[in-house]
Amino acid sequence: MWRFAPLVFSNLRRRPARTGFTLGSIVIAFLMFGLLGALGHAFSAGAEIAGVDRLLTIHKVSLVQPLPESYGARIRRVDGVVAVSSATWFGGVYQDERNQIPVFPVDPAVYLDIYPELIVPADARERFLADRRGALVGRPLAQEFGWKVGDVVPMRSNIWRKEDGSATWELVVSGIFDVPQTGGDARNILMHHAYFSESLARGKGLVGWYVVRLKDPEDAARVARAIDEQFANSPFETETSTEKAFTQGFVNQVGNIGAILTGVLSAVFFTMLLVTANTMAQSVRERTAELGVLKTLGFTGRGVTALVLAESVVLTAAGGLVGLVLAWFVVGAAEPALRGYLPVWTIPPQAYAQAAGLMLLLGLLAGAVPALHALRLPVVEALRRA
Amino acid sequence: MSGVLRQAVAVTGMSLAALPQRLGTAAVAVIGIGGVVAVLVAVLSISEGFRAALALSGQEDVAIVLRGGSSDELASGLPLAAVRYLADSPGIVQGPEGPLVSPELYVIVDLPMRSTGTKANVPLRGVGPQAFGIRRDFRIVEGRPFTRGLNEVIVGRGAASQFAGLEVGEPVMFGRTPWLVTGIFEDGGSVSESEIWTDATVLQGAYNRGSSFQSVRLRLPGPGEVGALERHIAADPRFNLTVRTEREFLESQSRVLVTIVRTLGVLIALLMGIGAVFAALNTMYSAVASRTREIATLRALGFGATPVVASVLFEALLLGLLGGAVGGALAYVGFNGAQASTLNFQSFSQVAFAFTVTPSLLLTGLGYAMILGLVGGLLPALRAARMPVTAGLREL
Repeated sequence: MWRFAPLVFSNLRRRPARTGFTLGSIVIAFLMFGLLGALGHAFSAGAEIAGVDRLLTIHKVSLVQPLPESYGARIRRVDGVVAVSSATWFGGVYQDERNQIPVFPVDPAVYLDIYPELIVPADARERFLADRRGALVGRPLAQEFGWKVGDVVPMRSNIWRKEDGSATWELVVSGIFDVPQTGGDARNILMHHAYFSESLARGKGLVGWYVVRLKDPEDAARVARAIDEQFANSPFETETSTEKAFTQGFVNQVGNIGAILTGVLSAVFFTMLLVTANTMAQSVRERTAELGVLKTLGFTGRGVTALVLAESVVLTAAGGLVGLVLAWFVVGAAEPALRGYLPVWTIPPQAYAQAAGLMLLLGLLAGAVPALHALRLPVVEALRRA
Repeated sequence: MSGVLRQAVAVTGMSLAALPQRLGTAAVAVIGIGGVVAVLVAVLSISEGFRAALALSGQEDVAIVLRGGSSDELASGLPLAAVRYLADSPGIVQGPEGPLVSPELYVIVDLPMRSTGTKANVPLRGVGPQAFGIRRDFRIVEGRPFTRGLNEVIVGRGAASQFAGLEVGEPVMFGRTPWLVTGIFEDGGSVSESEIWTDATVLQGAYNRGSSFQSVRLRLPGPGEVGALERHIAADPRFNLTVRTEREFLESQSRVLVTIVRTLGVLIALLMGIGAVFAALNTMYSAVASRTREIATLRALGFGATPVVASVLFEALLLGLLGGAVGGALAYVGFNGAQASTLNFQSFSQVAFAFTVTPSLLLTGLGYAMILGLVGGLLPALRAARMPVTAGLREL
């Protein structure tokens, strides 16, 4: 079997330019497959990395509507709930209107318990809990604005006003936090809800939403129902869902990203299939006489077919591998620039398996017509072409 | 010179006459380039449609007033006193029932999307009685307007097509309160058509907003004439307000999304373009190879190198043009007018839009296709010109 490998390779080397250009377009196709795969993953991964043991309780009408502060204690009493923290959208602006910064006033200690995956140095955590003006800053933001521990950052809100008419809260950077390698949103700031609300002109006693930690993730549906039933028919009805469902709903709001990416990739691969099939057809047509010789020498029709298919698959596999490696490098190179904006930025593992399948499939499809031609070729007819 | 030109025309004519013999390869180049152009035009038509719904629908002679420092309506808040003070300002067009000023409320309600069934942020706008006089293109296309003082809403055409449960004559629940949908409206294709409208005073009551509003829209005497209004606002230190024309405001609201979609579209098209150039190179090299003898014969007869180069380039350009036309047509037939909606992060609400394939997009696609064709034809053309005549004649 393997002794025919040199034959396959020498056939590929026959027209180096043509093989090269075909390889080039296959490389580009798989480069795009990798990059768009990473992009699609970035959108869908938010839901995948969402905690399975967390619920989100929002106002039934919309996330934008506030809930009373008093709900926190009442949610905490629901059977199956371990911890509850409020969170609010602060609408942060730093120095210039263009620097929109996600700042969340939260219940500090509980919030960090609910999100144990956040990587917060012990001393930073201590400073954050001790200082009511303290703030934990995600690393991308700290790098973007050059903030260091101890810096005082005047953060303006484009929503909230203080009693004295100002809209600026001074935050003291207690520490920098990271998110795990598996992903997460690090481009935000956590601050004390108590510090935020003490001087509010309007909206005192209200919070944006609640995050709830469950004792048992299996129990999510029951607990969510119990929470919402508790507030049914009140002026502030709630809607509780798992963090995963909430994130997925949010991704759906952006639009059908998956369908768009699939559409683009289909166009790319359809084109590539044509290019490769054309190359194979040309190359087999040129070699008709040689195929006749091979058959005369005792190669079966099936053997010749296998040779043609092998050539085609070697071509797509080589191009595919190079394209994927390129994609891997590009994704790595772009990571520092994108880290802060996307929850994850890697080529998902399943994409490699899909790519391998695609290489094989495309190779076989592209080689199918010329291979069939080779199979059916009558020896006499082939030799006469010489 | 004219001799070279005549030779070029003759050689090009010959190569084009032989094109049907290379139909397979030529088709691959055309389809390859066509695919690139189709994707480029389709992706850019998203940002064009989004721009048409938001930025371009803003009027130059309508102003929007927000609280100072607010970049969007959701974050803004205006007390009744500020609204009254604004209504007295000079530089506002007077209608039959007083100045054309509409104090408005902007809240968000969750409604299920038709496409996925999951909930989406839909804007619910409370408008003043003058709102319809300010928006010139407004008209009810189905049902009737809402009755002031009642829990009734009218729904923009875009919102009605994208979100479930908005049928004329049927109630829709926002939280615990049922609202009756009385009609569907159009507003010249603007972003308003993604919204649900009701009476501002009813909305104030339903959302515990007291007597406060979030924005004021008003009609200016002429495009961009905000001077008198700005002087009036600056005169009273009690109010911190910003005035912008509607056009300016909506343009700023769409900037981020339009930039993202455009950047992505261009990057994808560039990458795909490289792939298509490879296909074109293949086609043109094999075209040159199949004509080796013919070209060598021509050269031996005294034809210059330039006409040969020109003929190869012309053929490549023609294939590119053909591909561009196919791709543009594909994008137009497949996507133009397709309805979609997305979340505009800047207003935190859904905007319904239609994929819009504009003539300038089609031209961009054609231009790109010709560039791809030329790049793909250049190297093969040079090879054809450099080919030694004797070696060429000896080829099969």
